[in-house]
Amino acid sequence: MSSLSKVVASLKERFSEVAESEFRGLTRVVVPQSQCFEALTCLKGEFGFDMLVDLTCVDYLNFRDATDRFGLVYLLASMEDNLRLTVRVMLNEPDLTVPSVVPLWEGANWMEREVWDMFGILFEGHPDLRRILLPEEFEAHPLRKDYPLQGRGERHNFPVLTRGEA
Amino acid sequence: MATTTSPPRPDFAKDAREEDYLWTLNFGPQHPATHTTLRIVLKLDGERVVDAVPDIGYLHSGFEKIGEHLDYNQYVTVTDRMNYISPMANNVAWHHAVETLLGIELTPRCKYIRVIISELARISDHLLSTGAMGLDTGAFTFFLYAFYQREKIYDIFETLCGARFTNSYTRVGGVMHDITPLVVEKIRAFLKDFPKTIDDMEKLLNRNRIFVDRTKGVGILTKEEAINRSCTGPIARASGVTRDVRKDQPYLGYEDFDFQVCCAKAGDCFARYYVRMAEMRESVKILQQAIESIPPGPANIGVDERTTLPTKQQVYQTIEGTITHFELVMANRGFEVPCEEVYAATETGNGELGFYIAGDGSDVAYRARCRPPSFIHFATFPHLIRGHTLSDIVAVLGSLNIIAAELDR
Repeated sequence: MSSLSKVVASLKERFSEVAESEFRGLTRVVVPQSQCFEALTCLKGEFGFDMLVDLTCVDYLNFRDATDRFGLVYLLASMEDNLRLTVRVMLNEPDLTVPSVVPLWEGANWMEREVWDMFGILFEGHPDLRRILLPEEFEAHPLRKDYPLQGRGERHNFPVLTRGEA
Repeated sequence: MATTTSPPRPDFAKDAREEDYLWTLNFGPQHPATHTTLRIVLKLDGERVVDAVPDIGYLHSGFEKIGEHLDYNQYVTVTDRMNYISPMANNVAWHHAVETLLGIELTPRCKYIRVIISELARISDHLLSTGAMGLDTGAFTFFLYAFYQREKIYDIFETLCGARFTNSYTRVGGVMHDITPLVVEKIRAFLKDFPKTIDDMEKLLNRNRIFVDRTKGVGILTKEEAINRSCTGPIARASGVTRDVRKDQPYLGYEDFDFQVCCAKAGDCFARYYVRMAEMRESVKILQQAIESIPPGPANIGVDERTTLPTKQQVYQTIEGTITHFELVMANRGFEVPCEEVYAATETGNGELGFYIAGDGSDVAYRARCRPPSFIHFATFPHLIRGHTLSDIVAVLGSLNIIAAELDR
C-alpha cells in the first residue's frame, strides 16, 4: 500500500489538480480532462500500471450533490506490484471529448467503443470508433440517465428487411 | 438524441476494390461453431484469413440499464443470464461487489458455501469450454465426457437451490438456503468420481494427433500482448501472466486454501485448453478442502443486522424477522447504501468478472457496470486469427470461450 501512496503523491506533484480519495480500500484519483492523457501515460510508463482492467462511464445527471455530468472511470492494475488504481475524469457537456488511450492499452479499443455507444463520449484518435452493441442506425446513447428504460420506440420502428429485399 | 456525430468509418469497399483477389465471407450470426449469436466478417485470401471484423450486439439486452432499476437482491436473476454456463459464479461476483459497497462482512460458513459454489461453477465452465473446443475440432467423445460431468454439477445445484440453470442462489449478506447434508454428500460423490474423468479426458486429447495439430501454434497471444489487451483468467495464464484474483486480492477467504495458479507459456489454443484442464484439478483440490471443513454456525448474517432477508420461518414467527423483512422490502427503506462507487472483482472460469457499482443511497444501484471477460477476450480475436486458416477459427473461438450473452449483455 505504501507504494501506491507514493504513486499518488508523485502524481499530485506532477499534475496540479489531482484529487485523491479512498473507499473500502480502493484508491481513486480524479484527474482534470485536459491532463488525463498525460497522467495515464505517466501512470503506464513510469509507475508500471500495465493493464487497463476496465474503462467505463457514469452519468451523474440525477446523482445527489453531483457537479459534473459524466465521470469516466479507468480501472488500472499493475501486474508487477499487484496494485490497483482507479482514475476518474469528469466531463461536462458540450465538451465530451477525451484522447483515446488505445495507443497505451490495446485493450481499450472495444471498451471505448462501448462507452461511445452507450454514453456518447468521443475518444479522439481512436482507430475505429463505431457503435459496438447497438445497430448503426441507433441515434441515442441509452445508458444516459435521460434515456428511458422502455426506450423511445426504436424497437418498433426498426427497418424490416424481407428476404426479397435482402 | 444524438448530441455528437460518429467519425467517418473506414472504407472497406475501397480496400476490396484495390485488393480484388481477396474475398469476403460472412461467418455467423447463426453458425454451429459460434455456439451463440455472433458474427464475424472475414476477409480471406484463399483459405487464409487476412482480416476479421467482429460484429457483435445481436444479444444485447440492456442488462446494465436494467441494473439501474432492480434492487440489489433482484438483479442477481439478471446476472444468471450473463454467463449462463456458470451462473453461480456471476451470482457470487455480483453480491461480492454489492457487499463491498455496503461494507458487509459475511459469516465464515457463508464464505465457504460461496467458495464451494464458485469452484463448482468454474469446473462446469471449463468443462463446457474445453468440451466445446474438442467438439469443434472433431473430438466428439471428449465433449460427451465433459457434458456427463456437467450434468452432475447441475444435479448438485438443483439439490442446493431448486434450479439447475438459472440459480440466483446468493443474497445480500448470505445465500438463499443453507447447504444441506444431502448436497455435501452429492459433492463428495462428485469429487470421488470426477478426477477419473479428467484423467480420461486428458488421455483422449493431450496426445491426440488431430487435436494437437489443430491447436498447437494457433492463435498465439504473447505475455505482453495479453497484459496490454486486458486479458485475464485462463487466457492470460496460458500466455504466462501469473495472475489470479483469488491469490492476488483474496476474497471469500481464498487465502485459507492450498491451491496453485496454473500457467503455461505458449499462449496458443492448446495452452489455453491445457490451463483449463489443470485448473479443474486445482478446483477439485479447493473443493476437497472446503467440503470437509465447512464452519458451523449460521449461513446468513443475523436478523438484527438488517442486511439479509430473513427466512420465512423467522418472518412469520418472530417479531424481529417481520420487522427486518419489512425494512428490507419496503420501497423507501432497505439497505443503508453510501453515495460511493466501488469496483470488486472475482475470478470466474472465464477471467476476472467484476462489477463497478455506484450507490446513491437508495436500494437500487445508480450504475451497475459489469466487466465482462468475454467482451474483452473477443476483442483480441482479430489479432489471434490473422494469418491462420478458416478452419482455425473454430479452434480459436473455442479456446477463448466466448459467451455471447456475456459479450453483449
